[in-house]
Formats: sequence, structure tokens, C-alpha cells
Amino acid sequence: MSTNSLGNDVPADANEHCPGPQSAGAGKAAGCAGCPNQEICSTQAQGPDPELSLVTERLQDIQHKILILSGKGGVGKSTFTAQLAFALASSDTDCDVGVVDIDICGPSVPLIMGCAGEQVHRSAAGWSPVYVQDNLAVMSIGFMLPNNNDGGDDESAAVIWRGPKKSGMIKQFLKDVDWPALDFLLFDTPPGTSDEHLAVVSLLKESGITGALIVTTPQEVALQDVRKEIDFCRKARVPILGVIENMAGFVCPSCHGHSQIFMPTTGGAQALCDDLGIPLLGSIPLDPRIGRACDFGSSFLDTCADSPAAQAYLAIIARIRQIVKQT
Amino acid sequence: MSHPEVGQRLASIKHVILVLSGKGGVGKSSCTVQLALSLASQGRKVGVLDIDLCGPSIPRMLGLEGRQIHQATAGWVPVFADSDKQLACMSIGFLLPNKNTSVVWRGPKKNAMIKQFLADVYWGDLDYLLIDTPPGTSDEHLAAVEYLQEWNPDGAVIITTPQAVALADVKKEINFCTKVGLPLLGLIENMSGFVCPHCAECTNLFSTGGGEGLAKHMDIPFLGRAPIDPNLVMLLEQEDKTVVPNVNDPDAEKIVTGSIVETYQHCELSKIFATITAKLEAGLEATKS
Repeated sequence: MSTNSLGNDVPADANEHCPGPQSAGAGKAAGCAGCPNQEICSTQAQGPDPELSLVTERLQDIQHKILILSGKGGVGKSTFTAQLAFALASSDTDCDVGVVDIDICGPSVPLIMGCAGEQVHRSAAGWSPVYVQDNLAVMSIGFMLPNNNDGGDDESAAVIWRGPKKSGMIKQFLKDVDWPALDFLLFDTPPGTSDEHLAVVSLLKESGITGALIVTTPQEVALQDVRKEIDFCRKARVPILGVIENMAGFVCPSCHGHSQIFMPTTGGAQALCDDLGIPLLGSIPLDPRIGRACDFGSSFLDTCADSPAAQAYLAIIARIRQIVKQT
Repeated sequence: MSHPEVGQRLASIKHVILVLSGKGGVGKSSCTVQLALSLASQGRKVGVLDIDLCGPSIPRMLGLEGRQIHQATAGWVPVFADSDKQLACMSIGFLLPNKNTSVVWRGPKKNAMIKQFLADVYWGDLDYLLIDTPPGTSDEHLAAVEYLQEWNPDGAVIITTPQAVALADVKKEINFCTKVGLPLLGLIENMSGFVCPHCAECTNLFSTGGGEGLAKHMDIPFLGRAPIDPNLVMLLEQEDKTVVPNVNDPDAEKIVTGSIVETYQHCELSKIFATITAKLEAGLEATKS
């Protein structure tokens, strides 16, 4: 299992001295003779994607592009993205925020941000994103799924796509969406280190990524996937802004007793951060009201401003602003 | 396209079941492990195949981190979680040089790996092969279904958590199963409530009842509801699986067992999973006759 460079996959049945399907010699090098993939490689377009400059042009008025990543699923990437977006947008009406949901198979952002069922409109300038507030724009595949008029819920339509089609969609989100000038564009990602992640990193190569925020939960089973994601960021040269530990502890609403649900048996996010030399931005406790706010698409920070979880969120968001200002 | 090499391997396996969920972090892997432990404790021979290539969790959960796969003439020998060889496991985790290494693979490479897992692993005779999947409806799922389809896998068990955000993704997964013609064997509602160890009050962290409602709505057998149990989280976390976890009273005398299969029987959740597997087996029996 060798990858000679990031995303430059050598097919499993390639010859031993494969120069890499994206290299200049692909299909023509001496090692390619007799390879079953030779024809595909020699006819494929080489070099950088010609549409990359279109993406760069679209995104030129966007100041900070931040990826929200985690190797693990269900740790709160979308929840954190949504709350961060709500908080940035409500702090200052002059701060324009955009959210791109590149989780193509499981888009949660529309529901969490309270804009499920909205449609994307097309104009000469491109697709217009959905505006949750005047200064908060959202784009997700959830807005583009076929509408089911016979009473069934359209949200159950599955997006059964392989990698290239997902990458194509992500490219369209960046190239064809009429993004206004933004202070922040947040990318909510699916779990893993695969097509979606490679696509977004390579599409933003020219316009630059401010950095990645890594979300995790305290238990080792989650941390081991997160370490892989950090390894990915390092290989892809995406700067890591910091780690957010979510679902850290639980305070019982009836007796206020504190308990750990996802035990930090290996020291939690703190140990991970110390080990890998990354800043830990903060820990957010579990609060059933967060999940409820997500189900109703409301801003948790507005509805439960007094809760310890909201305080933790605000402290983390303040740190993110500070870090971003320095970059 | 036909895949006779997959069929040859599956010939000695009675039931093939995929564990699916559109959503990540709902407990696919932990439910897969619990189904496997529950079946193994009843004397069944079980194999667990982890096809989550970018985030393999099964090795840690079964206490098999750092173990190696051996190549024999009959194929790759899976790793066994107990000395009786009731529970076998295969995961990409056993093939990685260290735990920090990321597997940055696009679809075609993942497909090839999954095919190899299905065609090259020497499982021997099994009652059940449980396949743990990553979230989503993409390459891994299409690959598994494509290779298995002509050999009639029994179907899929769907895992969900009760909140609306998870249900939306799970509906997509159910839709996927219907589209590719994979029978739906049942649905498990996981993380349904948390019992406070201090006051025994149950808090519904991610709401409750959503899974049961969805099962009814989509006409899928509802297999059961499993609450969050810190002792189970601990069992899946800790490196020594022979010690029965007791998070409420860590100073209590330690109970040591012979294997993870036995340790699991000391967890409260094993009772719930015993009824879940009984329902699952009854359903499989009914479709056979």
C-alpha cells in the first residue's frame, strides 16, 4: 500500500515502477509497458486542473477559509460548525459568514441551521446560497435533492455517489456558487480522510486555507481516528488551528452530579495535543439542550446562553477569532 | 461482473450481515462488537469484518491493537479475540505500520481493499459474518454490496441514535438498502438515554424514541433500544479486556475473566443485546423457512 504522494493513487494492479497516474510520464514511462492502466493514464489530462483558477477567482473576496475536520463521525463537526457560524454572524452585522457542507452523503447542516427544505436558486451569476440571516450564507447538497411532491419526505433520498462525482459536486460548490465577499467561509466535512477531503484541499490550493479546526470526543476510540486526520493535515500541509474536545463530561440536570460518558482513558484531547504539539482550544461538556437546538435548527448559544456548554463554546470561539487575526 | 473468489469464501459462512448507518458516531462499531460478543457467548462462530478503511475502530474495541495478520496458503488468517476461536476479526488496522498513519485513499483503492478482504480472508466455518461499515452511502458500501450481491447476503442491521439530525441520515441509508435490494433485518436505537450514576435519573442526551418511530414508519423490525452505559464505553476503551469494568466504584475488587466474550456478559447491556440477537436470529430463521 504505497502512495507516492498525497492523493496520487497508484492503482492496485499497476506495474511495480508506476510513475503515478498524475505524473507527467503517466502512461508513457518505461515502467508503464504492459500495465493494464496504461491507456487510461496516457489519455488522461495531465497537470493542474484548468478549472482551479475559476475557483480561485470565485473565492478571492473571502478572507478566511476554515475547515472543520475530524477522523471520527458523530463527534459534533456539524454542530460546532453551525454554532461557530451563528456566533460569528451574530457578534457583528458587518461580519459576513458562509458555510459549505461538503458532507455529500449525510448533509446535516441544513437541519442544524434551520434551513432544511430551502431551495438553491440559479441566476446568471451562479447558484445563490441560502441565506439564514443577512450575513450568513449556507450551501449544502441538502438543498438540491429532488423534491418529492407526493407527501413523502424528500430528505430520505440517498445520494449514492462514488468519489469522482462527490469531488465534482464540491468543485461546483466553490466554482459555481455566487459567494459574496465573506470574512469567514467554514467547511463542514464528512468523517474520514478520503475523496471529499482531498478534493477540498486540492481545490483550495491556490486560494489558500487559513487552517483546520479538529473536533474530537475524549475517548481513545475517537482519538485514534483523529490522529489519522492530523496526519492527513500534515501530509496535505493544512495548518491546524487547534483541537476542540466535545462531549467532555456530563452534568446531570437533576442532581448536578458530574460524570464521564466517553471516558478519557488515554488522557483525552489534552494528552493528544501535548503529544502532537497542537493547541487545545477548549472542552465542551455534553448538554441535552445542544442536541435539541440542533433538531430545531436554532442557535444553542442564543437559547441557552447561561449553560456551561455555551460558556465553553464562547470561550473557544473567542480564541479562534484571536488565532485567525494573527494569521 | 461475477466474483467467484468471494463466493468460495462465503460458502462456509451461514449468514452475512452488514451493519449500516448513514450517520457517523452512532455506534455502528460498538453495536457490531456487541452483536458479535452476544452471538459468540451463545456458542456461535462469528467473524467481524471492518471495512471502515479511513477510521478502523474494531481492533481497539476488541483489544486487538498491534496484532498482525498472518498469510497462510489458504489466505489471510484473521485475528482471534478469544482463545476458543469463537470470534475472528479482520480490519485494515492490522495492516498499518502505526496508529497515527492515515489512510488517504480514494474510491478505487478502497474498493480493491474490500474485495481483497472478502476474497482472501480464511474465515473457515462461521455462523455469522458481521460487516462493520463507515458512515455514508458511497464507495465502501457500493463495493461491499456489489461483491456480495450474487451470493445473497442476509441483509442489513441499521443503527441510529434518537435525534432528528441522525434520523435524517439514517433514512438515506435505508433508502440506499432499498435501492440496492439489500433486505432490512432490523433497526437498533443506540445511545437512548443515560442513567446518571449519582441519582439514577435517566437523561435523554440525544432524545429518545426516534429510532422506534422510524422503524415503524419505514416498516423495519425494531430490534431494541440500548442506553449509554459507561461500563460498556470503558470495556471498549480499556486495553485489558479480561477485567470487568466498574466505573462507579473503581476501588471495588476486580473481577477477572478468561476473555472479552466472558467480560461482556458482566455488562448490563449484554442482557439487552441478548434479546436483540434473539430477535435477529428469529427473523433470519423465519425468512429461511
